[in-house]
Amino acid sequence: MSSLIEHPHPKERRIIFENAGKSDYTPDIENYLAHGGYEEAKKAFTMTPEAIVNEVKASNLRGRGGAAFPTGVKWGFIRRDDGKPHYLCVNGDESEPGTFKDRYILHRDPHQLLEGMIITCYALNIHLAYIYVRCEYTHAKEIMEKAIQEARDRGFLGKNIFGMGFDLDIYFHEGAGAYICGEETSLLESLEGKRPYPRIKPPYFPAVLGLYMAPTIVNNVETICHVKHILRLGSAEYAAMGTAGDGGTRVLCVSGDVMKPGPYELAVGSVTLGELIFDICGGLRPGRSLKAIIPGGSSSKVLRANEIFKIKSKADDGTVIDKEVPLLDMVMDAANLAAAGSMIGSAGVIVMDDSRNMLWALNNLNQFYAHESCGQCTPCREGVLWMSKLSTRMIAEGTQESDSISLHNIADHIAGRTVCAFGEAASWPTQSFIDKFPEEFGAQIAHQ
Amino acid sequence: MDQRAHNTIEQTSSHGELLSHDDVLGSTLSQAERITSGLLDKVEEAITHYPVSKRSAALPLLHLWQNHFGFIDESGVEWIAAKLDLNSISILELITFYPWFRQKAPGKTIIRVCRTLSCALAGSYEIHEKFCKSTGIDPTCEGHHGIPTSPDAKFSVEFVECLASCGSAPVCLVNKDLVERVSLQDVEDIIKKNS
Ligand SMILES: Cc1cc2nc3c(=O)[nH]c(=O)nc-3n(C[C@H](O)[C@H](O)[C@H](O)COP(=O)(O)O)c2cc1C
Ligand code: FES
Repeated sequence: MSSLIEHPHPKERRIIFENAGKSDYTPDIENYLAHGGYEEAKKAFTMTPEAIVNEVKASNLRGRGGAAFPTGVKWGFIRRDDGKPHYLCVNGDESEPGTFKDRYILHRDPHQLLEGMIITCYALNIHLAYIYVRCEYTHAKEIMEKAIQEARDRGFLGKNIFGMGFDLDIYFHEGAGAYICGEETSLLESLEGKRPYPRIKPPYFPAVLGLYMAPTIVNNVETICHVKHILRLGSAEYAAMGTAGDGGTRVLCVSGDVMKPGPYELAVGSVTLGELIFDICGGLRPGRSLKAIIPGGSSSKVLRANEIFKIKSKADDGTVIDKEVPLLDMVMDAANLAAAGSMIGSAGVIVMDDSRNMLWALNNLNQFYAHESCGQCTPCREGVLWMSKLSTRMIAEGTQESDSISLHNIADHIAGRTVCAFGEAASWPTQSFIDKFPEEFGAQIAHQ
Repeated sequence: MDQRAHNTIEQTSSHGELLSHDDVLGSTLSQAERITSGLLDKVEEAITHYPVSKRSAALPLLHLWQNHFGFIDESGVEWIAAKLDLNSISILELITFYPWFRQKAPGKTIIRVCRTLSCALAGSYEIHEKFCKSTGIDPTCEGHHGIPTSPDAKFSVEFVECLASCGSAPVCLVNKDLVERVSLQDVEDIIKKNS
């Protein structure tokens, strides 16, 4: 796990990774306590649950798992006193290609996650919580279960935690190699021991009918860790680090054709894509120029190097103007990427230089989605496999003019026609690759 | 400093997934007939994690079973189903859905090479091919609920999707250990070390 480097870049602001980045930091509870651990959990019990939910709302924390949904709003859907059991399921599936941040928390700073979970559960009157983690993290179970036991031994988990009359059990649950289990309703089905076919919304919003049909909060690992820091810093200071409506820091994971790939924790909205790639990540390989950026995990729409976006922004006198923003000057946050027609998603930034063939890259992603479609919805099950076969054939036998039309057409008939957002996730690469790089999908001869 | 110059193979105390590989091959007893008290204890403990519904213990039990026996045979399906008061199909349909589970014995060393974009950009197809060629595995073989295994049963090699370590691509899992920035030289070393 060497891509999180010890010394942060000067532009970084490490809160979540403050400990995980240190090479001499160990995951045991003594060490965590020596670094101020569990102080915010103790503080939480001096606050009312409502006050905590209000702090999270005021912090402008948005989910770090993919949809950037405001966490406080999601929490607001849970009614503490409805007499039902409530559950928390932490999403550590980390399965979106290009994303590799939760792994550092789970392996190196397990107590930070547990502390965030304790605060969350107290705030929402939850007494049973699960951490769902992909089994490819072969050591995470051992590390997290040891941390859970340590916290139990100290009275931070189990009955009457912190002597405050509140009971909480947390268990670790391993997935089994399926991308779809990162989708929250699939995760719940998986946790119930069933084939993880996503549930349809409405009615199965987790906050209404979640785990065991009870109100359930599903949040990403990083999201839950932020909760601790909101209490530590106060919502005002936390929110001020970010932009309007999008507070705090966020880990951007950069991979692909840059000199220094890795996870970088930055204040939300503090860098442009150009600064991220050319300053923080050390630029491209020698002699190469930029071709494409997938900004938010493999499912987000690709952006082309020389694109210029029209983005609405406020002028000094308060009027809204259309500003022309070249790709590399675009601020890397949820609002700007949405305005550019893509999304921040899981913040997995995949960079490709001019040595790359876009048909080849798309085919790689098509094969991923074909392998990972759960098979529940016909348009997705059939369409994604069809797209993958088509792009594979285009590479092997050459492209005919009708191919890109067919490919696009299939994608158009998947997106919006499936139970879960996998349909969009699988269609957006095809749609955007063809729209942005049409010349690479036109008729061409077979290449090796 | 160029991080790529550094090549880390993370060492762990673990020997890999299999507890008793020699036991896996050659036994005529079914897995359910060879269950140990150690495994039983772990099963009982895992079930306590799911006070609301025992069925939730399906994946944990499958993991325990596969970690112990190397794969899950028919008797395992039936045993786990009975343990959780389910029909066998409710367990079998999980094994056939999740890529991690297998119904046939794997090789002693299991190598999972990441196939997805960031790793592919960094050369994972060449890495996969070299692993296959040096172990005598057909790189186009898909395994079909088993896993492509070398004729001498020493190695299994398969492509897997994103291992969430894209920043140190290309990567692979050698049994339980993540190997980052894998080079063709590393492939030779891994094969030699595990032969
Ligand atoms: C196909 C698909 C895969 C997803 N994979 C993940 C994942 O690996 N990790 C994650 O946290 N969220 C993932 N999500 C998003 C979750 O459904 C959910 O929105 C998220 O876990 C909520 O947590 P947050 O509000 O803290 O972001 C995925 C969504 C889809 C549609
Ligand atoms: S693409 Fe290989 S680890 Fe993500």
